Formats: sequence, structure tokens, C-alpha cells
Amino acid sequence: MGSTNSTLSRIPNVEELMQETGFTPAHIVRLYDRFEALDKEKTGHLRPQDFGAINRLAMNPIGDRIIGSFFSTGQETVDFHSFVRILAHFRPADKNRPKDPSMPQPVNSRTSKLKFAFQLYDQDKDGKISRAELLQVLRSMLEMQVTEEQLESIADRTIQEADLDKDDAISFEEFRKSLEKVNIDHKMSIRFLR
Amino acid sequence: FLTPLYFMEGGSMEQEMGELRRYRTQSISRGEFSLSDSFYFYIKGLESIVDDQVTQRFSSEELVSWNLLTRTNHNFHYISLRLTIIWGLGVIIRYCVLFPLRITLAIIGLTWLVIGTTLVGFLPNHRLKNWLSELVHLMCYRICARGLSATIQYHNKENKPQKGGICVANHTSPIDIVILANDGCYAMVGQSHGGLMGVIQRSMVRSCPHVWFERSEMRDRNAVTSRLRAHVAAKTNLPILIFPEGTCINNTSVMMFKKGSFEIGGTIYPVAIKYDPRFGDAFWNSAKYNMVNYLLRMMTSWAIVVNVWYLPPMTRREGEDAAQFANRVKSAIAHQGGLLDMAWDGSLKRAKVKEEFKEQQQKMYSSMVMGKKGSTHTKRSHYLY
Repeated sequence: MGSTNSTLSRIPNVEELMQETGFTPAHIVRLYDRFEALDKEKTGHLRPQDFGAINRLAMNPIGDRIIGSFFSTGQETVDFHSFVRILAHFRPADKNRPKDPSMPQPVNSRTSKLKFAFQLYDQDKDGKISRAELLQVLRSMLEMQVTEEQLESIADRTIQEADLDKDDAISFEEFRKSLEKVNIDHKMSIRFLR
Repeated sequence: FLTPLYFMEGGSMEQEMGELRRYRTQSISRGEFSLSDSFYFYIKGLESIVDDQVTQRFSSEELVSWNLLTRTNHNFHYISLRLTIIWGLGVIIRYCVLFPLRITLAIIGLTWLVIGTTLVGFLPNHRLKNWLSELVHLMCYRICARGLSATIQYHNKENKPQKGGICVANHTSPIDIVILANDGCYAMVGQSHGGLMGVIQRSMVRSCPHVWFERSEMRDRNAVTSRLRAHVAAKTNLPILIFPEGTCINNTSVMMFKKGSFEIGGTIYPVAIKYDPRFGDAFWNSAKYNMVNYLLRMMTSWAIVVNVWYLPPMTRREGEDAAQFANRVKSAIAHQGGLLDMAWDGSLKRAKVKEEFKEQQQKMYSSMVMGKKGSTHTKRSHYLY
């Protein structure tokens, strides 16, 4: 009906965005519609509260963290480009892409996905998941179902297994190593249709 | 129908977590936490950001091809001169020809309802009175239906609700009442209003018993239930009409039925109502439009095309509680109408989601981390994922 092209023309720098993220025009349009639907006051930006209105997200145990991952430190709003760029991390890997080490890693590579997942734990962005940070995530996911001692023993065990240089924290490399057998592309991807 | 943006892999939490941990030697039942566990929640969260099943139910259904009504086209903008001219003609026909005709009919219908029922009310209680009352009601609703250009197809008429029973149906708009009352007489249940509605309500009650509640009475659930029970017990009373969802849904799915209606006892006659969205969007988004605005939109659509299925009567089984019974009826209705059977509560439209659901997620997850014996499961587990 022509609506795809007209919507695309409303988005500034959309060619660049598609290049960078690998989304097709159809995806961009659907995401734009979704962005507009969430942006109830039509400000062109999303704030944490706009995400909070999504019921299914509100009932997710780590919902707050997920919302937080859209906002870089200090920022209170996220515009459409940033919204799309973050979601681009979760595109399934392009199987036909030649593995060229001289080219920069695409946003949805295995390493990029792992980096994103790492940030979920490492909230202070010091490059390590400390025991306290791990406990925080555990607490969100388990809340009142287990005791504090049980939480601590889980955290201890996890660090023990993953921490290879014995600094009582999990670095990105250790994180990556402990998950080397997990099919990251399958488990950290949203299968966008079309 | 809405096409999903992403492909939903429908594994339950256990299945997905199991796959995430497959490389580990311990089994799920032994418990144990893995750093990859959070991925499950992360992806589910992102999926809900990208496309949200629930809020979609509360806004009108998107049509695949345009039916010349701007209200059902979210991407409305200029395409071509020819289309605009056709659309313009459509507007003229709908607003200048159809609308005045319909409004006239509606006024005639309602006026006759008030006059007719009042007249019948003067008669002594007798079979004749009941017969006349039904006649008057049917006539008026049929006129009103014409006033909306409603084309209704009834299926399985042998299952029509009987006297002394309770009729439950899915709710899309206040017009549902007109749709159902075109084929039979029901005792309405609702809040007493003032103004025009109040006049109509009071006169209706003169010719046959309906159940109108004062606003204060509605809050006392026991009083409500006992009054309804008394009505049902008198086997000569007309079947009561209840919409258990409690609110208008956009007719692509059926939301959770409030169990109150199912505690009254008696036989339940489920009815499924499905509107054809190509001719007009019957969904009443009460947050967006008030009643007058809504009726205006209804009367300037092309038509209201409806399918009504009468389902075989159901009663509560031994050992089944009201909530389970409600779910059973809901599934039957959803299945018949080709609507999605959703576990969500219709009140989500107005209130924030209950903490319960989050806790349930945590409970399910904790049983995987702590091992099976460390968890307590609630009786009703909604597999929401």
C-alpha cells in the first residue's frame, strides 16, 4: 500500500541505520510503529516509565535491568536510533556473512551478544562481575523464594567455578569461557520475521 | 489478523532453561544456578518490548486491507487521488445517507421500547403479559439492530438459553446486548443509571423482571450473588445475561472470566460473539471514546456483521471450583468463536499488573535452582510463556 516507504521517509538517516544494524526496511517500520506506540506522549523519546507500562515486562524478574540496558549512563531518554541499535544486538547471526577478521564485528555477533549479557550483571561497568553484583541479579530472579544464605552459597559456587584467576570476580573472558558451550546465537536472539 | 513481529518459540521456562544448561552435567532436578539462566528472562523481556501481546488486545484490530474507514487504518495518509475520491464518496454515503436513516430507526426503537413496556406493565401478571412483553422487547431490539445495520447470523439455535439459566458471552461492546436480544429475551443485569438510560431501565422492569443494581450494592459481592441466585431459582424468569470478562475486549481474544458469575449455580449457556471487522469496528475502547461518540461511530460504519454461536449448556462438575469452571467455559467460547484464549485478566487494562505474576515467575525459577523439593507450587499455574 505504500505505507512502508512513507514511514521510512519520516525517519532521519534510515539508510545508515539499516546498514549499521542489518534490519530490513520492513523490520524498521514495525519497530518504528512499536516505538511510537510506546511513546504515548509523542515526544520522540522513550523514558523508563514508557517501558514500565509494558505489563509483561513489569512481571519479568529482571525487568528493571532490561529497561536499564536501553539507557546509557546518565541518559534519561532513548531515541529511536538508539532503540533500534540496542535491539540489533539480538538479531540472529547472518549465516552467509564471510568471516573476515579485518572487518569490525557486527552488532549481533556472538561476542557482541555476550558483551551485552555481561553488562546485565556488571552494572558499575568496571569490567568484572563482583560477588555483590552477582548476588543482586540472583536476588532479582529469586526474591522471596530462597533465604539469604542460600543466595550466598549459590553466588559462592558460581564464582568458584568460573573465576579462573582467583580474584573473586568474573571478568569478561572468564564469563565467555564458562559459557563457551552455550549456543549463544540461539538463546540470545529474537527471531524477527520477514 | 496481526502478524507477529518475531517467531515465538513456545518452550516453557523449564524447557528453555534445560536447553540453556544442557552442557552442564547436573540435571534440572538437582538444581544449580548458571550464568546463562538470566538469558531466558532477558530475551523474554526484550520480546515483550518489541511486541506486546496484551496491549494489542486493547486496541482495535488491524485490518489487512483497508475498508475505506479511516478509523481502522492506523497508517492513514494520502496515497492517490482516485482512492481519496472513493473514500470521499464513502464518507458522504455513510454520514449523509446511512446515518440519518439509522438515527431515526434507533429513536423509533427506543421510544417504542419505553412506551411498549410501560403499557404492558399495566397488565396483571399473566401468561399474556409475558408473551406481550417478549414481543415488545424483541420488536424494539430488532428495530435498534436495523438502526445499526446489523446483520446477525445465529448458529446452533437448539442450544438457545432457557428460562432459569444464565447466559454468558464474550464482551466487545454494549451492542452485544442488542445482538443477543434480537433472538431471544433475556433478563439484563447491570447498574442503574440516571437520565435516559434510567428511563429505559425503569420501564423495562415494568413488563418483566430485570436485575438492576444500585452502585453501592455492586460492591457487596454476596448481595449481588444472592439476588442473582434468587432470580435464577424462580424458573419462570428469563435467563440472565452476563459478560464475565467485566470489560470490553477487542474481539480477537477472550480474557479471563471473573468467577463471580459462575458461583451463582444453575445451568450456564455459553455464547460466542464474533464481529466481522471488515464492515465496521465494533470494539468500544472506553478509555478513548465515550458512549455517544462510540454510537456515532457505529452508526457511520458500513454495517455490523456478526456471528453468534450458541454453545451446548454447561454445569459445574463435581470437585471443580468456580475459577476452573469459568476457565472451562471461556475456552469453549474462545474455541468456537475462533478467538484466542488468553490467561490475562481484563482488568489489566486499567490496573498495573499484579505482583503475583512476577512472584510466580520467581517461584518457577527457584524450583529449578534449588531442586524440585525446595519449591511450593500454587494450584493454578498459568503457563504464561
